[in-house]
Amino acid sequence: MSKKKMIKITDISKNTDKLASVANEDLMPLPADFEEKEWDKIPESTSEKYACILDDLNILQIPKPLTKEDEEDLVNKFIDGMRKLFSKEDNWTFLTILETTMEHCAKCNTCSESCHLFEASGENEMYRPNYRTEVFRRIYKKYIKEEPFAKWRSGDIDLNWRTVVRLGELAYRCNICRRCAQTCPIGADNALVAREIRKIFSQEMGISTPELHEKGSMYQLKIGSSTQMNQIVVKDNVEFIDEDFSDETGYQFETPWDVEGADILLIHNAGEIMAWPENIAAFSIIFQAAGISWTLSSDLAAYDSINYGVFYDDVQFARTAILQAQAAQKLGVKKIMLGECGHAHKALTVIADRVLPEPLKIPRESCFPLLRDIVMSGKIKFDPERNNFPVTLHDPCNITRLMGIIKPQREIVEKLCPQFREMHPHGPFNYCCGGGSGYAIMTRNNIPEWRFKIAGRKKLEQILNAFSDCRGPETKKYVCAPCSNCKGQMRDMFERYELLEKEQLTYSGLVELIVNAMVDVKPGFIKWEEDY
Amino acid sequence: MSTSIYLITYLSIIIFMAVIVKRIIHYVSNPLHVRWELYPVAHEGERASYGGGYLEEVDWWEKEREFSLIGELKVMIPEILLLKAVWEHNRSLWFVTYPFHLGLYLIVAFLGLLVFGAIAQLSGFSLSEGGPLLKAVAALTNLVGPIAFILSVIGSAGLIYKRITDPGLRNYTTFEHFFNLGLFILTIGTAILTWLFTDPTFAVSRTFIAGLISFKMTPINSSVFLLQALLAAFTLAYIPTTHMSHFFMKYFLYHDIRWGDEPNINSPETDKKIGVVLNYPVTWSAPHIAGHGKETWAEVATFNPTAEPEKVKEEVHEQKEDD
Repeated sequence: MSKKKMIKITDISKNTDKLASVANEDLMPLPADFEEKEWDKIPESTSEKYACILDDLNILQIPKPLTKEDEEDLVNKFIDGMRKLFSKEDNWTFLTILETTMEHCAKCNTCSESCHLFEASGENEMYRPNYRTEVFRRIYKKYIKEEPFAKWRSGDIDLNWRTVVRLGELAYRCNICRRCAQTCPIGADNALVAREIRKIFSQEMGISTPELHEKGSMYQLKIGSSTQMNQIVVKDNVEFIDEDFSDETGYQFETPWDVEGADILLIHNAGEIMAWPENIAAFSIIFQAAGISWTLSSDLAAYDSINYGVFYDDVQFARTAILQAQAAQKLGVKKIMLGECGHAHKALTVIADRVLPEPLKIPRESCFPLLRDIVMSGKIKFDPERNNFPVTLHDPCNITRLMGIIKPQREIVEKLCPQFREMHPHGPFNYCCGGGSGYAIMTRNNIPEWRFKIAGRKKLEQILNAFSDCRGPETKKYVCAPCSNCKGQMRDMFERYELLEKEQLTYSGLVELIVNAMVDVKPGFIKWEEDY
Repeated sequence: MSTSIYLITYLSIIIFMAVIVKRIIHYVSNPLHVRWELYPVAHEGERASYGGGYLEEVDWWEKEREFSLIGELKVMIPEILLLKAVWEHNRSLWFVTYPFHLGLYLIVAFLGLLVFGAIAQLSGFSLSEGGPLLKAVAALTNLVGPIAFILSVIGSAGLIYKRITDPGLRNYTTFEHFFNLGLFILTIGTAILTWLFTDPTFAVSRTFIAGLISFKMTPINSSVFLLQALLAAFTLAYIPTTHMSHFFMKYFLYHDIRWGDEPNINSPETDKKIGVVLNYPVTWSAPHIAGHGKETWAEVATFNPTAEPEKVKEEVHEQKEDD
């Protein structure tokens, strides 16, 4: 039954069990019927420990305050963190951008319709891009800026522990895809506000999601990768990949490690090594076939391009970026190249640009322009007939909307895939896969169900519409998703809705399509399940 | 009485300018922020047409970057003059916010025409008996003024109606929204009354402006006009203190943030700024940041809090020896 109700800004502070719930009846309809599960009850082991008062899931694990003192402590720490967020020393990175969003938003809600979460949830108020921002703005005006007449000028808010907990959780109901910012007539950025709230919790209160922090950026700093592969394990695994895929493809190749003076240091998302080894193999095959001078690095954090700090913590972001640049400096490479990982692209190429000091300013670029040049150069022979199945291209937000890399990947699929078709909208106006900003690696309580039925719903609609002329299990179909995070989301979402069985729909990256079309490689590099 | 209104008007102009300058100085004196651009970036020339940018090139740092001012104008002009983003993404609001904004733009144009006419008057020309240019200015003033007033009032009333009746907007509407819109209706409504009953050719308005420009403060004997001038002075001083300051801050939000894709290549100035911010103190309290004796961003960012890498290195070394 529909549970839709108007949620007021001030409801966030109220003493209620939860702020909102999205019923299946309210979800945006899809072009196919899929059975949606009801939300599972949050396990007691979670709800006893953590404050679960926002909706039907728990992402940020905020310890449940047990006493009045705990409640006050939570509020005081939040306010301390918020003050630092508005200080130039502690938040030089984003202060200017945050302040302008606080001061100049007209509250016109032009951003609302751009948000896939708002639309997919049946326009649940909690997901309106401006809801979280408006709560945060009212706290800022009343408690931080202490603006005269703040209550009537900007609206009132009661800052209690429930407000803090719900706002923290609400910061994790956004993919930070920044589609809302793209539509804002003024240039305000509600997605950034979600990230800045995450920073207060992580940088001041020491509260973040275990997947991003303890098992994410901390493992990367400690072991070298969030996958927990140390340098021995990662080299062993890549050696296995080289052997396996040399046999399978009939193309003998070897992935180079720690080559001093190579032109390119390629950094993969190490998750590919574990989950999609064919992506690692495909890069090695293409670069070897094209005669590229390149290497991987086995240095700490330099064989894993992930930088989860981008999602929640500036300090962790800077630490990881510096380690990656130091590895490149040590090898003396001419440039760093990012493999198929969207957030890693954005982190190291763009955001780190004003973080890395002079000696670490090694040029950084995406893999797509070089891959395009290789494919167009004629150095490698291709047979596009091998890719003669319907293909659509997913645009990872970080690579397209946030970096403007649109054409190289399209030129490749247009040349190598006779049945390529675009999703709509695409390029910089794409929709997020639903796994953006860290969710693709989260599998606790109701998080996967949320990723599928709300966060990924718009993308699923786009994919099904892209293949509207060949629906059903008769035709093999391929979603090219050149980003590890997006692939993780698609893997889980396709499995949940049984899209391989029902639609013969699979997903993988761009390099797999390139190798699949290489004449020097045995046919059948890309596999649908029955091919295994 | 009219001298006081002249003095209040001078004061309001000073406050208006001072608040704008203060906001701009605050913005530009903030420290360097990280890049946070959003595509399409309008100055990317041909690439802007599909949302691409210079990062689509191999070795992009060795290539000449395109910077198209025309590209920026092609985006900014429809955005400012037609409120394109609202038209595309919030159509029902556009039908009320556009008349409001267009009315304000026309009021600026109307004031420009009045200033022109006042200067002509001060230079000894008569608008009614002058050449074709002056006659055209007089005619345009008479045309633009009423249209501007009516559009602004219709837009303001429409926005109030929309903010009351649209549940989505009502949730985000504060007293200030109603106050601002009400102030526009009151001020411009008074201007309409002045035009209808006291100043149909805007001769009084022109005389008032001439008095302002020449500092002669020529007496004005219309109380409704003086009320209008008083309200206008208050509105002028008030606007930049509110979120409506977006009318000039939008420049920075677009050019410095949304389109701020300037890479740090051969830029000693940026390197210098990075040097400054990396030496800022860090006071964040979370355990992975505080408590390690590291005080600046440079120290914190180059410190590994896991304290385990050395141990891991030893283990790896041992593993290698075992192998």
